[in-house]
Amino acid sequence: MAGIIGYGAYIPRNRIKVEEIAKIWGHDAPSYKKGLMLEEKSVPSPDQDTITMSVEATHYALKRAGINPKKIGAVYVGSESHPYAVKPSGTVLAEAINATPEIHCADFEFACKAGSEAMFVCLGLVQGGMIEYGLAVGADTSQGAPGDALEYSAAAGAAAFIFGKDNVLAEVEHTYSFMTDTPDFWRREYEHYPRHAGRYTGEPAYFKHITGCGKGLLEKSGMKPSDFAFAVFHQPNGKFPMRVGKMLGFDKKQIETGWLCPKLGNTYSGSSPMGLTAILDVAKPEDKIFMVSYGSGAGSDGFIFKITEKIKKVQDMAPKTRDMLDNNKRYLDYGTYAKFRGKIRKAD
Amino acid sequence: MRDVAIIGVGMTKWGELWEKPLRDIFAETALLAIEDAGVDHIDSMYVGCMSSGLFVGQEHLASLLTDYLGVKNIPAARVESACASGGLAVRMGFMEVASGMSDIVLVSGIEKMTDVTTDGATFALATAADQEYEVYNGITFPGLYAMMANAHMHKYGTTREQIAMIAVKNHQHGSMNPLAQFPQKITVENVLNSVLIADPLRILDCSPITDGAAAAILVPLEFAKMHSKKPLVKIIGSGHATDTIALHSRDYITELKATELAGQRAFKMAKKKPEDIDLAEVHDCFTIAELCVIEALGFVEKGKSGKATEDGMTALGGKIPVNTSGGLKSKGHPVGATGVAQVVEIVKQLRGEADKRQVKNAKVGLTQNMGGSGGSTLVHIMEVV
Amino acid sequence: MSSPRYWREIPQRYRLEGAKCKGCGKVFFPPRLICPECKSKEFENIQLKKEGKILTYTIIRVPPSRFADQAPYAMGVVELADGVRVLTQIADCDLEKLDIGMKVRVEFRKIYDEGHAGIICYGYKCVPE
Repeated sequence: MAGIIGYGAYIPRNRIKVEEIAKIWGHDAPSYKKGLMLEEKSVPSPDQDTITMSVEATHYALKRAGINPKKIGAVYVGSESHPYAVKPSGTVLAEAINATPEIHCADFEFACKAGSEAMFVCLGLVQGGMIEYGLAVGADTSQGAPGDALEYSAAAGAAAFIFGKDNVLAEVEHTYSFMTDTPDFWRREYEHYPRHAGRYTGEPAYFKHITGCGKGLLEKSGMKPSDFAFAVFHQPNGKFPMRVGKMLGFDKKQIETGWLCPKLGNTYSGSSPMGLTAILDVAKPEDKIFMVSYGSGAGSDGFIFKITEKIKKVQDMAPKTRDMLDNNKRYLDYGTYAKFRGKIRKAD
Repeated sequence: MRDVAIIGVGMTKWGELWEKPLRDIFAETALLAIEDAGVDHIDSMYVGCMSSGLFVGQEHLASLLTDYLGVKNIPAARVESACASGGLAVRMGFMEVASGMSDIVLVSGIEKMTDVTTDGATFALATAADQEYEVYNGITFPGLYAMMANAHMHKYGTTREQIAMIAVKNHQHGSMNPLAQFPQKITVENVLNSVLIADPLRILDCSPITDGAAAAILVPLEFAKMHSKKPLVKIIGSGHATDTIALHSRDYITELKATELAGQRAFKMAKKKPEDIDLAEVHDCFTIAELCVIEALGFVEKGKSGKATEDGMTALGGKIPVNTSGGLKSKGHPVGATGVAQVVEIVKQLRGEADKRQVKNAKVGLTQNMGGSGGSTLVHIMEVV
Repeated sequence: MSSPRYWREIPQRYRLEGAKCKGCGKVFFPPRLICPECKSKEFENIQLKKEGKILTYTIIRVPPSRFADQAPYAMGVVELADGVRVLTQIADCDLEKLDIGMKVRVEFRKIYDEGHAGIICYGYKCVPE
């Protein structure tokens, strides 16, 4: 059965606390922290972007997969912050890992589910026998508009997965996708920051699609929430994934392992994929994992994974997501953060 | 090979010469040298210039400058070795006279650096380093020398103050040079309080951006004996060497191999040893450079240059005065001109024309001119006959 | 940055591809046509190791204009595990903690953008271990 043969994540070292952002805008930090269930978020250095983080995450995935990169048949990078509007992130990634030239490449976008989208397509190509291995990356360095609620959570990170048919460490047992046209959050071309429709982004958007996808996935697979050791959902803040998990019948304990948002923020296309890597870091053979992503616009991709014996061999072969999240942090003040994120208007 | 003498030198005040174009700066100094030499024609000419193309958009200096010197039709060449272009011009002229190919050769160096912004100048100067493996990653020239300084301090215990003393000494000398760009005296405290450029080097550790030229007339010694009334200065040694372009490829980051080799080759030709040198003009593009150079030339043991400087070994009145002209630091550093200006200073000293900066009983002088972070070096040794 | 010039160095900039001399075993980065030590013209392609230590460093305070927003930044001569030396920025580090001998490893980073519209130039930097 096809599935994941290697995985890796990358988190930049910089962090900024909710208090630091609230101070500048005159917001009440404790209420934001409570309301969003968020303490701090990751911030990319000016020399980091979706491509650089994808490269590092992929190097870790390759360490765990133990394959010759030349055998990768497709590379898909999903992001809403691709460095170029025209010229795929995937070409640079493929060169950096020495996977060119016999390789298919496309960049994906679908707000926060561009990463899971890449995973979905890679899996299909491997299952169909069109390629031997596929590389799917979800990565983002998204911008939060200054003073907006989303500024507290817009973070940076990457998760990379290599799919294959042999030596699989996480088999994909079922997939499901649920999508409608829903204008909850969007960014027009040439606009620097995205826009969103406030409270509308909740029930008719996030919750509708994740529950729609989750229910569809459970029904298609004939499984129940209690069959799963872990569940991971898209994490725009700390609160939503806990709530939607509960709505689907999962409990806090199942969701906790992949629940990175309180310390990481929302890594957009990296969000649920990175949560998945944190789960893979500690999962045991036979564990089942339930994953549903969400991308505004809107849609959700769902996966059911089953862990195999192979997981034990690879977990320690590259840095673990929680270790990257908890250690080696550098806290920034708002000024440095604004400078790093290019929010300060300079002369041309 | 014939013996070669320098019978004329010329140099004008260096600085930001806004009103003067490159061709005039060159012609002015060349004419001074020709007048000082008392010759009525020249056979050929070499011009050292690092980057007139990037600074003023002008190449083909051989044609432009012979034209504007009023000597069109003579053979001429512009030579380049980054900041050692001037020294290279001297060597080319020396070889042309020594070989018998020509009798009266003008060697000159020129750079006009102030038409571009500081950023433009930095960009042009950076072409002396490895574009893809040094400059691409973000290094600057002060940065390269700063890394040498950190390595020297770490390896030998050289202090930040000792490094600063080079600048103080050279400004002390330069204050007596009417042609120097920055003749102001400075203190160690001034250096250590000046703005940081690349840790640990500060602005007062760095040579400036300058417009200027220098020129000399080389002739066979026999010709000089017949024509010159001034004390004759003979070029007794010429040494030339290259080294890896990138600082990180050198055998030792604190050592200037090209200077060592060029020095050895010059000493061998001159049949002299470091102890025989009465004074030297060396390439203090940054303070730390002078420390590494005097070690490489063998004036002082490796690692001891800081202490030697502190003890006054290389100050006027010391055992071997270095950079009585003020060095690049005080005199200025119009890149291509420096190597020739060093020769001008030595000639003046050996003739007894150095006025307040005069080194007593100066008989044998040495110039050391280097390019980039030490990728090429020219050493010349001169003796009064 | 010209496109051909940028693209030509991709194997070195992205993958640290060097060459090992088949004659004397010395490793070069970037690759060369002739070994300066033993004059052999036969080489084996290798990828450099990513672990290294700082031999010397500096902090650039007055940068070239394309790095204006990044200053102050650290640069160091780093000796990698295969004996090759490279000059790189040292990123994500506290400038006061920089020291000779510090262990670092290589990461893929953006070197600079050509303004809003030019190509994005990637390469290698080191980060503290």
